[in-house]
Amino acid sequence: MHRLYLVPTLIINFVIVLVPALLTVVLAFCNWDGISTPSFSGLDNFRALFADSVFWSALINNIIWTCIFLIVPIAMGLLAASMLLIVKRGSNFFQVVYFLPVVIATVITARVWQGMIYSPVTGLFGILSRMGLPLANPLAQPSTALFGVATVDLWHWWGFLCVIFFAALRQVPQEHIEAARIEGANYGQMMRYVLLPAIWPTITLMMIMTVIWSFLAFDFVYILTQGGPAFSSEVLSTLAYRHAFYDLNVGQAAAAALVISLFGLVGTFFYVRLQAREGEQ
Amino acid sequence: MRLVESRATLTMSYIVLGIGAFIALFPIALLVLNSLKPAAQIVQNPLALPNPIRWENFVNAWNHAKFSKTFINSLLLSGTTIVLVCTTCSLSAYVLARRKIASWKIWTFYLLATTTAPIQLYIFPLYFGFARLGLINNVFGVALIYTAVYSPFAVMLLRTYFIAVPKELEEAALIDGATHWQVFSKVMLPIVSPGILTVALIIGLNSWNEFLIATTFLQKADNVTAVIGFYLLSGQYSSDWGEIMAAALIIVVPVVVLFVVMQKRFIEGMAGGSVKG
Repeated sequence: MHRLYLVPTLIINFVIVLVPALLTVVLAFCNWDGISTPSFSGLDNFRALFADSVFWSALINNIIWTCIFLIVPIAMGLLAASMLLIVKRGSNFFQVVYFLPVVIATVITARVWQGMIYSPVTGLFGILSRMGLPLANPLAQPSTALFGVATVDLWHWWGFLCVIFFAALRQVPQEHIEAARIEGANYGQMMRYVLLPAIWPTITLMMIMTVIWSFLAFDFVYILTQGGPAFSSEVLSTLAYRHAFYDLNVGQAAAAALVISLFGLVGTFFYVRLQAREGEQ
Repeated sequence: MRLVESRATLTMSYIVLGIGAFIALFPIALLVLNSLKPAAQIVQNPLALPNPIRWENFVNAWNHAKFSKTFINSLLLSGTTIVLVCTTCSLSAYVLARRKIASWKIWTFYLLATTTAPIQLYIFPLYFGFARLGLINNVFGVALIYTAVYSPFAVMLLRTYFIAVPKELEEAALIDGATHWQVFSKVMLPIVSPGILTVALIIGLNSWNEFLIATTFLQKADNVTAVIGFYLLSGQYSSDWGEIMAAALIIVVPVVVLFVVMQKRFIEGMAGGSVKG
């Protein structure tokens, strides 16, 4: 009887996620333009993908992206969250303000940064360069495009981490903090010996999620640069999307999707293990 | 709660928090400020105050982004997704939380793993399948996709609410002769309703803001969501940044108001389920 309760969730999940996911695995070994009958092509898609220099630069971009997001927003989030713990008044106000960028749609965030900040005509960078500062639109230069896009995602993202870390920090037993304070611990020592160890499981979880999400990064790259200029900000997800819907080379898109999923799978393995361990406690 | 009592530490903390608030608010301030200006003024200086205020931006934005159509589409899409997710997921979360079936462990792990499944792994065959079935440009078809994508998160979050309900309540109702369905619908659901509301808010927010699936599966200008309407306006139809920012503000205001009013639930739910918005 109770088995039926699961049925709606699972049917929707199988139809939308599981079956198409299995088809993607099959399609990665096929030649298909999305319309005609797919034909088996063995490892051709992977060979073509690995021979493409854009694939490798996209992969490297994903790795750079992961490194940036493992360090900058986590550090910003931890710093701000620990400051929220110190101040008596206003912590809720700051928390809400930091979370605002998270609830704004990615398209809107992207356009505000593109037009109001980066643009040499209508943006802040434009005024500053007219005032004599050497500031060029980062999205227009191959050497800075990826960082220009990552900055926008950082702005959108770090408040989320801050709020999560603050929630975890508030669970740290008051006695531990008191004890450290009586011992005369300064801010650095308090972080290092009391607070960070106490919320380490949360930090690990967020790092695992960061790795998974970094390989899925799509919205900001697609909206701000389309992977350009000259593929300099291309990541794997935009590469796969381009192959599927612009080049109608679905087989190769599927092969790229499998590479993305491979990285995701490693993250998922650690994620499930961590959650299972916490579930047992 | 305070770590250190010294005044200097406290001042330092407020300075750091203030810088953080400035970083978060500065682009939002630019968005609001420039939505009130004619394009020519933005070109001169995006930081200057609007003089005079140009309210027509909002009228133009509303018309050019077809908000009278696209807002309805967004509401339909978010509404359908919320209803589908809340009904199907409260059922499955209950069964999994209470370990009502022998295979609860397998399905919990399965759903946990799909929370992190990359969308690229299934979007391509899904698109061509939907195209064959004529479901492209269909808001309800997209609602079905959202339901599948957000369900694992919703189940995991609701599960924690069901686990928190004391077992004795359920047992007492069964002894009084209630059927299993009555136990679920009359005893459990009212108790976990705060959890369901939290899920509804987060799922609503995510579907309202979603980009990748919406832009892929909705292509006709009359069928897109408000967010995609804005994307098309800002990318193709207009280069008037005053109008573009006005359109952005029209989409953002309801979301921000809802968020500020319901902040506790949003933050609790996001932190509890750890999902990227």
